[in-house]
Amino acid sequence: MSQTRNVGDVILNVENVSLAFGGVKAITEVSFDVREHEIRAIIGPNGAGKSSMLNVINGVYHPQQGSITFKGLTRSDVDSHEAAKQGIARTFQNIALFKGMTVLDNIMTGRNLKMRCNFLQQALWIGPARREEMEHRRQVEEVIDFLEIQHIRKTPVGRLPYGLQKRVELARALAAEPEMLLLDEPMAGMNVEEKQDMCRFVLDVNDHFGTTIVLIEHDMGVVMDISDRVVVLEYGRKIADGTPDEVRGNQKVIDAYLGVAH
Amino acid sequence: MLYREAGQFKTTYAEDQQIFPIRQDRIAMALLLVVAFVVVPMIANQYWLAAILTPFLILALAALGLNILTGYAGQLSLGTAAFMAVGAFMTYNFVLRMPWLGIIPSLVLAGLCAAGVGIAFGLPSLRIKGFYLAVATLACQFFVLWVLQRVGWFSNHSTSGVITAQKIVILGYEFVSPASKYLFTLAVVAVMALAAKNLMRSQTGRAFMAVRDMDVAASVIGIRMMGTKLLAFGISSFYCGVAGALYAFCYLGTVEPEAFSLDLSFRVLFMIIIGGVGSILGSFLGAAFITLLPIILSVLSGAFSHVTGIEISYAVLSNFELIVFGGLIIFFLIVEPQGLARLWQITKEKLRLWPFPH
Ligand SMILES: Nc1ncnc2c1ncn2[C@@H]1O[C@H](COP(=O)(O)OP(=O)(O)O)[C@@H](O)[C@H]1O
Ligand SMILES: [Mg+2]
Repeated sequence: MSQTRNVGDVILNVENVSLAFGGVKAITEVSFDVREHEIRAIIGPNGAGKSSMLNVINGVYHPQQGSITFKGLTRSDVDSHEAAKQGIARTFQNIALFKGMTVLDNIMTGRNLKMRCNFLQQALWIGPARREEMEHRRQVEEVIDFLEIQHIRKTPVGRLPYGLQKRVELARALAAEPEMLLLDEPMAGMNVEEKQDMCRFVLDVNDHFGTTIVLIEHDMGVVMDISDRVVVLEYGRKIADGTPDEVRGNQKVIDAYLGVAH
Repeated sequence: MLYREAGQFKTTYAEDQQIFPIRQDRIAMALLLVVAFVVVPMIANQYWLAAILTPFLILALAALGLNILTGYAGQLSLGTAAFMAVGAFMTYNFVLRMPWLGIIPSLVLAGLCAAGVGIAFGLPSLRIKGFYLAVATLACQFFVLWVLQRVGWFSNHSTSGVITAQKIVILGYEFVSPASKYLFTLAVVAVMALAAKNLMRSQTGRAFMAVRDMDVAASVIGIRMMGTKLLAFGISSFYCGVAGALYAFCYLGTVEPEAFSLDLSFRVLFMIIIGGVGSILGSFLGAAFITLLPIILSVLSGAFSHVTGIEISYAVLSNFELIVFGGLIIFFLIVEPQGLARLWQITKEKLRLWPFPH
């Protein structure tokens, strides 16, 4: 049932965005676009502003300058609830799971925007609330099967090893059925095997659901393998943008990476 | 009978999402309800019903209310007793001024008034957290009591704001005996505990816990911070409000605003710390523990003086009670922040594996 991936029109356009924290300039006049169904990587040394960029895209940070256009809607200031409603989901560099909840409940929260029953119906656990819960449970189970985490469904996430936590976080994001998925270093800190699994999942998500993916990753091998186009940031500025091959040959990129020990 | 789920295969999500997925738990719950509704009123004497079991249930309901806010949604509050006071005084006024309403609608309306006050004093939670929020709810505690004492309307202009709760009457039946008041309280508490359990296993409960555990991640998946926190304040205060009304109508009878002092807020807070933060069962365990502790201690001291011949004075005993309290709270805060409920859960997990250690 896998659809052939078809990179389409521009779905996200980041225009001339600048973001500063007090005196610290995290992002300076960065512009780039992301096309529908593509895997777009953002790379750059630590502190280059990559995570900040994702935070701007889904409304966690508010840029001082510039605009974001997602699916034709331009805004200078996104609110994270709006971004979620528009179909943007994400994972975090430092795992941001709900520690006190089970894997299943964590993933179920990913579907909150699709749930319609109010709290009174839920308190009474009457027909609609109950049906809704079952229906979403079924959908969540599909995500669970997809990411192969059936065995840990009922485990509190705090007890899971790091690699699995990252996978659960991806599951929670996927449960929202996003159009665009922002992944902040999904493979950081993983061993080779876990990395391979995660790579496969990212590609599968992109392939099966046609989800557009914006990915921050340090592992150059991975980036070059799976991404369609790459943005390179350094000190908050964009220094290169293009296909993996173009970026690899770019002198500025080579300098930036040689300057930093990895 | 072994306690485990082996052989109880779940073939549908509906079965898996039952309120008590393990059969033994369902049986235990049914037995508990039968005991509480049938056996206890038959065998317990008036003292136990009126002075121990009824207040235990009421305080468990208040603890449940606080647990929804603090345990599930992560918002610390010291205003519990104030919300209870609103519930008590407003029920009194609804029954007094609109006697045709009936007690149940009056309770619900009074609960809604408490919810309104809760939401108003929950507004600062949108900006401040933890200790500072606790201070804001502390302001609520003092403000509400001050208003109840100052504005004569609330106590129908009685001296020093004392009210005498009216008789509870449903369809001509008067709830006057301790047993009937106990049963009335039990019915309200059972229904509300069930509703809380349902709510906490639904989207609302997950949203509360999400806000508690990681607010940035919660808002990024589309949970509204403001709506969720205020809903938590509203629901929690509703529960506390109803508990306060029962406190006046089924337990004390005659109450002044001072009955709902900061002291009571702290007692309820200690209940959830000892019982288990973020656990419905924990609210009951904590309330049971704190209600029973003085009784257990006095029985023990009685036995002690009987054996040794040394008489323990009341003053020593009540001080000793405070020491035990303090010690336990420190113990639970440091060693087992999830309280008695967690200890119970660990026991169940062990039991599930028993007699095979792995
Ligand atoms: N919330 C914040 N407050 C202050 N400074 C921040 C914050 N987030 C990021 N920064 C700063 O912005 C810069 C870029 O950080 P970040 O986007 O995390 O980089 P990267 O993800 O590329 O490693 C860094 O100098 C960092 O210290
Ligand atoms: Mg980063």
